[in-house]
Amino acid sequence: MSTVYDGERGEFVAGEEQATAPLLEVEDLRVEFRTNDGVAKVLNGVSYHVNAGETLAVLGESGSGKSVTAQTVMGILDTPPAVVLGGHVRFHGEDLLAARPTRRMEVRGAGIAMIFQDALSALNPVFTVGFQIAEQLRVRRGLTKAEARKGAIDLLDLVRIPHAGQRFRSYPHEFSGGMRQRAMIAMSLALDPELLIADEPTTALDVTVQAQIMDLLRDIQRERDMGLILITHDLGVVAEVADRIAVMYAGRIVEQADVYSLFRTPAHPYTEALLQSLPRLDLKGQELKAIKGLPPSLAHIPSGCPFHPRCPRVAARCSQEVPAYRRVADGRFSACHFAEELIPRG
Amino acid sequence: MAEAILEVRDLVKHFPVRVGVLFKRTVGHVKAVDGVSFELRRGETLGIVGESGCGKSTLAQVLMRLEPPTSGTASFEGKDMFALRGAELRRLRRNVQIVLQDPYTSLNPRMTVGDIIGEPFEIHPEVAPKGSREGEVRELLNVVGLNPEHINRYPHQFSGGQRQRIGIARALALRPKVIICDEPVSALDVSIQAQVMNLLGELQRDLGLSYVFIAHDLSVVRHLSDRVAVMYLGKVVEIGTEEEIYGQPSHPYTQALLSAVPVPDPLLRGRREVIRLAGDVPSPVDPPSGCRFRTRCWKAQDVCAEEEPELITRVAGHPSACHFAEAHVVVGAERENS
Repeated sequence: MSTVYDGERGEFVAGEEQATAPLLEVEDLRVEFRTNDGVAKVLNGVSYHVNAGETLAVLGESGSGKSVTAQTVMGILDTPPAVVLGGHVRFHGEDLLAARPTRRMEVRGAGIAMIFQDALSALNPVFTVGFQIAEQLRVRRGLTKAEARKGAIDLLDLVRIPHAGQRFRSYPHEFSGGMRQRAMIAMSLALDPELLIADEPTTALDVTVQAQIMDLLRDIQRERDMGLILITHDLGVVAEVADRIAVMYAGRIVEQADVYSLFRTPAHPYTEALLQSLPRLDLKGQELKAIKGLPPSLAHIPSGCPFHPRCPRVAARCSQEVPAYRRVADGRFSACHFAEELIPRG
Repeated sequence: MAEAILEVRDLVKHFPVRVGVLFKRTVGHVKAVDGVSFELRRGETLGIVGESGCGKSTLAQVLMRLEPPTSGTASFEGKDMFALRGAELRRLRRNVQIVLQDPYTSLNPRMTVGDIIGEPFEIHPEVAPKGSREGEVRELLNVVGLNPEHINRYPHQFSGGQRQRIGIARALALRPKVIICDEPVSALDVSIQAQVMNLLGELQRDLGLSYVFIAHDLSVVRHLSDRVAVMYLGKVVEIGTEEEIYGQPSHPYTQALLSAVPVPDPLLRGRREVIRLAGDVPSPVDPPSGCRFRTRCWKAQDVCAEEEPELITRVAGHPSACHFAEAHVVVGAERENS
């Protein structure tokens, strides 16, 4: 689905059907962490949206703010130290940041669900996997113990855990890494969410298991026409599953585009540099084009464009003016002063 | 072809599994490394790839003599590594060094960078006499691309990539001939990973180092390696030059592993061959009979359960431990139209 920037409303809207709001819309989200060591500006105006049935990949390195954005959307941010300074999180047009805690609780799980990187620490070690899945069905759906048990076994079956009936009684430590991640996916699907946020779901897994889990997520998403936000640092995974990509750097989205355009002609030097720094399985390596320097500390974000100290295309104005995040082509957004020069016209 | 600097033959490392509180009895063995042979030639990089639990890190520890082997031999420049004692062992340790995966836990937080990098000189004073140590450490910091002025800083004042550079400087301190790199870049961000990989490449060229490069990331291994060994459940299943392994893999596991790696090019989506393995890696305590990969293999026949395939050259000009080895192009064999 194409998206355009609506200048008057100052937000992104779907191309053809401007009347219907996207499934989730994050707008100008600003979050900082106040600690004894100072203030870290973790999110500095993050905007993105996801439609039903669509996969948005949020790509970024550690500390870029991709997980904090997801936690803010889910309402599971630790406050303090985090403080939400401003912005909107609209789910079906309803601003969750303005909603009452009970309403947020209703949306959590049933509207938006989330899975995490480290399945072992996300699961409670002293309860069986089956109990933890069934618990939601009992508490939120009001099912009886027997009904919930049946529902949980169906879910374990859905995520392709063999012998689900027996595995229901297993504890998390009895599962392999891949099975734990499957169990967590089963748990997240218990209340039929419309949007699933997957925060580095395969980073801790081996490559053959990673492929199984990504296949599973894709199949489930298709069957349920679910929106999916995939948070990752892996450009390979992004290239295989994403519809659109939002690239984050120092608490900002620096580029957003459909997956094909972004890989073909990146509209931000950071994206370009990331793509060039990758060793490729299918290409024999020469010297890798490494990005010089380090990601900035969020307590001392460089002036102007936060990427300018590391940017190969840096110019004088980059250290002074913060580049506007703007539409640079059909469905493409970039926060680089020179974005228009990076992509071919037309 | 350069001579072999490190030769490993039938190396085995089993860890006993003990149960009981007072009376411990051994109920089995974790067969972490179970008969591994390879040679490392002077100036080359041998990549070792495999998934978690395949024994690649145990292999590194045994080669560093941090763990005694259960059986098997390894010789460094013709000398049996496991027979060395005293002064000879110290000399071996000078020549074989290691870079560890986690730059956060492998550096002592209470020691300054200067002390960390200079500590090897305490044990091997012949390399750098006391007076020259600070100069040596500054030089090492410079070599790995860190500011020599930071010699008195502590590890927490550095980022992950910088810490990995400190780990590399420490490994270089004794001017070793072989460096065993155990997942040296897997904890690093993409943009930093490339910096460290380039550094390892430069150091090899400048100092004539030989690397055993252990990693789970097949793209990283291809980038740095001259030859590659693929491990599965304690065994090498296929070994060959980088072109042979990536261009003409002949073991089903290698093929599956290569096909599972996502390629960062959306145009190849749906056009790459996909081999999906079922299930997980079996437990190394009780590995399958015959070929260890047979439980997940789509080619498995009865013979695979009965007879363990030898690691010999059957096809494609390089050894592969599969009864039904056949070369099959996985990477870069995209179908033209889909």
